[in-house]
Amino acid sequence: MRYLPLTDADRREMLGVIGAETIDDLFADVPEAARLSGPIEGLPNHASEIAVERQLRALAGRNLVAGEGPFFLGAGAYRHHVPASVDHLIQRGEFLTSYTPYQPEIAQGTLQALFEFQTQVARLYGCDVANASMYDGSTAAWEAIVMARRITRRGKALLSAGLHPHYVSVATTMAKFTGDVLETSIPDLTDGAPGNDLDRLIAAIDGDTSCVVVQNPNILGHVADLSELAARAHEKGALLIAVVTEPVALGAIRSPGEMGADIVVGEGQSLGVGLQFGGPYVGLFATRDKYVRQMPGRLCGETVDASGQRGFVLTLSTREQHIRREKATSNICTNSGLCALAFSIHLSLLGEKGLRDLAALNHAKAVAAAERLVRVPGVELVNGTFFNEFTLRLSKEARPIVRALAEDGILGGVSLGRLYPGVAALANGLVVAVTETVEADDVDELAEALEEALA
Amino acid sequence: MSMNSEGRVTRPETAAPANVDSFTGNKGLMLEEALIFEIGASDRTGVDLPEAPKIASRLGGLEREAPISLPGLSEPEVVRHYTRLSRQNYAIDLGLFPLGSCTMKHNPRLNEKMARLPGFADIHPLQPQETVQGAYALIHLVGEWLVRLTGMAAVAMSPKAGAHGELCGLLAIRSALEARGDARKVILVPESAHGTNPATAAFCGYAVENIPATAEGRVDLEALKARLGPDVAGVMITNPNTCGLFERDMSAISDAVHAAGGFVYCDGANFNAIVGRVRPGDLGIDAMHINLHKTFSTPHGGGGPGSGPVVFSEALAPFAPLPFVEKDGDHYHLVEEETAGEHHADSFGRMVAFHGQMGMFTRAAAYMLSHGADGLRQVSGDAVLNANYVLRSLEDVLDAPFGASGPCMHEALFSDEGLAQGFTTLDVAKGLIDEGFHPMTMYFPLVVHGAMLVEPTETESKAALDQFIGALRSVAERAKAGDPALKAAPVHAPRRRLDETAAARKPVLVWKEPASGGSAAAA
Repeated sequence: MRYLPLTDADRREMLGVIGAETIDDLFADVPEAARLSGPIEGLPNHASEIAVERQLRALAGRNLVAGEGPFFLGAGAYRHHVPASVDHLIQRGEFLTSYTPYQPEIAQGTLQALFEFQTQVARLYGCDVANASMYDGSTAAWEAIVMARRITRRGKALLSAGLHPHYVSVATTMAKFTGDVLETSIPDLTDGAPGNDLDRLIAAIDGDTSCVVVQNPNILGHVADLSELAARAHEKGALLIAVVTEPVALGAIRSPGEMGADIVVGEGQSLGVGLQFGGPYVGLFATRDKYVRQMPGRLCGETVDASGQRGFVLTLSTREQHIRREKATSNICTNSGLCALAFSIHLSLLGEKGLRDLAALNHAKAVAAAERLVRVPGVELVNGTFFNEFTLRLSKEARPIVRALAEDGILGGVSLGRLYPGVAALANGLVVAVTETVEADDVDELAEALEEALA
Repeated sequence: MSMNSEGRVTRPETAAPANVDSFTGNKGLMLEEALIFEIGASDRTGVDLPEAPKIASRLGGLEREAPISLPGLSEPEVVRHYTRLSRQNYAIDLGLFPLGSCTMKHNPRLNEKMARLPGFADIHPLQPQETVQGAYALIHLVGEWLVRLTGMAAVAMSPKAGAHGELCGLLAIRSALEARGDARKVILVPESAHGTNPATAAFCGYAVENIPATAEGRVDLEALKARLGPDVAGVMITNPNTCGLFERDMSAISDAVHAAGGFVYCDGANFNAIVGRVRPGDLGIDAMHINLHKTFSTPHGGGGPGSGPVVFSEALAPFAPLPFVEKDGDHYHLVEEETAGEHHADSFGRMVAFHGQMGMFTRAAAYMLSHGADGLRQVSGDAVLNANYVLRSLEDVLDAPFGASGPCMHEALFSDEGLAQGFTTLDVAKGLIDEGFHPMTMYFPLVVHGAMLVEPTETESKAALDQFIGALRSVAERAKAGDPALKAAPVHAPRRRLDETAAARKPVLVWKEPASGGSAAAA
């Protein structure tokens, strides 16, 4: 077996040192009845690299690859071009095969990269501090709600209608068990801007409200000014949690921190990570200085070593499960370190200029695509504002059309029927994302296919 | 061999002292590296993009005007920055990484290659199901292996890491109890458990109580039985446990918990010790997470990502989270909220957006298929053999508190008993760094004073183990003799011991422009 270095002679010699006859003897503490005498049945035996590669390539070949045709899916996961150097660097064994940096003297590479990541995220989000990553955007959003409960000692969270429905589902699942009260609603396609949703949220804030959770740009792609909502939440002693599923948007639109958000969380997958069928992704989590001791997850901080040289360590770990056990701020242990590194490398390559240019390109392509698509009979644009994703109202139900388009190799968007099954008022909605990877020809192809499908 | 300017071979001149400060702070190949904020510029970039066509903005007047202050680096600068940083890290690729309970085994590169196939890496989680049949097939394949290897009834693939898997298991337990109208409030956890166990139980609303251990390092069955009752929802047992011992009484524990109306959660962090030889389902377990980044070799990546699928018994299977993949002949479909219907109406719901850690499933699949049932049996055998070899090779020099409790499983536990006055486990750990090894896990489990938990894994050769044993023996002897030089260790690492107290007292968590405006090169 190519991954196992011991020879039979090694094993015999080592058993001699141990004073055992066979390896099986070392399992003497396992009750006889539970000890299997041979390989588990129903599973194949070991295989060569060639054989494994052949089997897995066959499975990969049964999928329609995003990059092989017109592609317009978003709704929480975006297809961006990732520079080649990102994947090269994260595959260096010293990053890929290292552990959580518990021994800082020999983990400065990971620690410095995390410190840089935290700073980048804080600046991108317009916040004071960020942590060293969470699993993904959806779990980060729930952790933010829990943190707001701890800070305000109140148990009611108001969730925007524009929050990603999977994020709402995750919070709803958790709240069933924790006793948190969630007020949720679903989007309204007749509302060209998210104003009604924000007004509803403002009206609902009361003395029991711990936080208001709002996504920007939201699930339909609307972009909104959250300043008023933040001010009104603060007046009532509640926090504003902003969720960002598309970090590239923050190269173009004002950050949630600048608009008054207290906690900003989101998905970082757009930068460096890729689509990967939904994971692993990287949750981003940032807040104000004054709340840092209430944060979940790992934090990397600057310090000095015994000879006075600058260095970095994991810090404030008295918040964490391995020290505080049942009193920890969260149970999170493993985070998304390598995805955070990929995010940070990609953002270092972009820099402010590159991020702004990338965001401008996304926006311009999306605007051009929207203008082209609304010329198709039976297609209307729902949005007043958007960044690189917008919602179309079709004259027919969107979900079967998406499926039909896929048969022709066009991945035309995410139907609201997929996201909100059974909601008739949303059934004709199609969420279309347009990133820098989309070309005008792709848009024409989608427009023509839609025209045919809606005829 | 090097030549001087006259073309003759040179020989080192020994007159100069060995330790001189250099102008740069570099020490030959050990290179200091500044922060990106000190290197980059906001108008520099490493990405060339076409110019955006002119359009009428649809941003609604929300343009970001204030500077974001993100430094940009050209590609050569980025490659050099991160390559230099990488060289300040220890890694499995460099040597034995004996972190107990963390399972730092070799990460096969075939796994990386497979995870990067566009058919897995470049597909969107919300693509129409007909376009991702291969992805569902892969998730189903990994799930089926896990079910067979554990002898359980069902598997939830979506949990993102071990602690998230614990959450999944406890939510299923709570759902099952609530379904029978039984609102139990207490979870019992052994003192030796990972911190995630009590944290998870608290995170989903349970009170946590400790179960004591016996003198030989196992769960005290009688004390556990005495505490069981109508308020106990379940127990969380790590098996093999964090002392590196198999819980011999596991079946009796399960029977007692079940008889009292509770459920048994097993922390499967140490499944690598028994994979292919023992099926937890045969021991009465109701739910267990499996860290794919431990047992199934997906890389740890400096702290993540992980993946924590959970296997369930018949009793808990109906409560498993959404979404999951079902196979119907040659066809696969996703069971989500809308399709859960009457067959899965008891599911406790969704705990994450999308389907879980696909990139980790691909890697784990490559690992499983490569080893096969026979190879996995050898994996656990060699992991346990290596750990026992370390235990018996060092127990004359280091105290092994449970050395008489029978063979250890995949990890060997030592304590600081017998070190000279004032010398600690930390000193031994830092001494190992100078020997070129990552230290063992320190001060865990909490049930042993100054614990040193050594997990070599099955992917170490005998020669590597012998070198490690020699190094740890040497450091242990120095700690027992009270060698003051050990207090200064490490001296050969990129940094000396770091001031963690100062870091926590006045946290500096983000980089700030130096007030003077001058450049702050790495000190």
